[in-house]
Amino acid sequence: MKRYLPFVIVAVAALATLGSGAILYRAKRPQVLSIPENEVLGKSDTESAHIRGNPNAPVTLEEYGDFQCPPCGMFAAFAGQLEKEYDSRLRVVFRNFPLSGHAHAREAAIAAEAAGLQGHFWEMHDVLYREQEVWSKAPNVRELFESYAGTIGLDLDKFRKDMDGEQAKARVDADRKRGESLGIQTTPTLFINNQPVDQKDRNPEGIHAEINAALEKKRQT
Amino acid sequence: MTVSRFRTIILIVAAIVSLAGLADATYLSVQALTGETLGCGGSPDCFRVLGSSYARVGGIPVALFGVLAYFSVFTFATFAAFGYMRARLFLILTVGAMFLATLWFLYVQAFLLHAYCRYCLFSAATTFLLAGLIIALPPVHERSVS
Repeated sequence: MKRYLPFVIVAVAALATLGSGAILYRAKRPQVLSIPENEVLGKSDTESAHIRGNPNAPVTLEEYGDFQCPPCGMFAAFAGQLEKEYDSRLRVVFRNFPLSGHAHAREAAIAAEAAGLQGHFWEMHDVLYREQEVWSKAPNVRELFESYAGTIGLDLDKFRKDMDGEQAKARVDADRKRGESLGIQTTPTLFINNQPVDQKDRNPEGIHAEINAALEKKRQT
Repeated sequence: MTVSRFRTIILIVAAIVSLAGLADATYLSVQALTGETLGCGGSPDCFRVLGSSYARVGGIPVALFGVLAYFSVFTFATFAAFGYMRARLFLILTVGAMFLATLWFLYVQAFLLHAYCRYCLFSAATTFLLAGLIIALPPVHERSVS
């Protein structure tokens, strides 16, 4: 019996590794996403999208993001580099997808939308990501968001009113609902020219390659 | 405690330590295969490390090689604990190769990417521990099962 014991132990370890790996893979496996034709940016929902860059750019990078998600913060910095690199050939679109597991994500999204009602969505977007580590741990985020609003020159009374009002909340909820209808579960989820960026390509090299491919495709058509 | 017993204990500890490394490498492999390089347990630095070109060799995530390496260490340590002489030699060679690979990955993180992935650091610590155990492994003088 002792002769076979090491084989049994190794076989059990192999099965346990394969089994746990398969379970983990199934749990994390991305769903196939695609933006339906009737929901393509610029056809039915342009008014709620926040766009940065050349509005007529041949390539659109659309992000569903959560302001409290650290990878989204990292991606925001990377998106800034992409905007500079591709200049007029790229426009970036941001949509809110606050995850329920992040305590302050929804309030941050509302703060960004409230700033957007004064035409300063992207300024608040940048501040929220830059200061993410600070406000994510703060007990009273509202105070911090108001200080950010002051920093970027917003009308504070209007900002406070909009934070409590329905318009900013409705925009956050609309984005979230749209994301859910697309089957989005994690952030950041990215689309390039309405096509989902494959999970394996969600890294700097992959995103560059996808944008370049989209540019090439546009050039040929 | 006899030398033989001490050797067996070290090999059992090495097998257990390799299981920790195996779990870490399996998690990283699943992350890479599902494309969750941006997620990475909430650490933005992982994006830079696991999303870099150094995280893949010929399109294959290096974490998968890690799974293979840790599983090999577990297998060789188990067989060596049961007295298989050749397994002991393979164990030493595998841990030696992993040690060198770990030094390279630490260099990449420290000097090329300027970012550390905590899962990779855990793997490095595991490999260093395995290397320490191998160094502490007493040489074999008597004949065993081969």
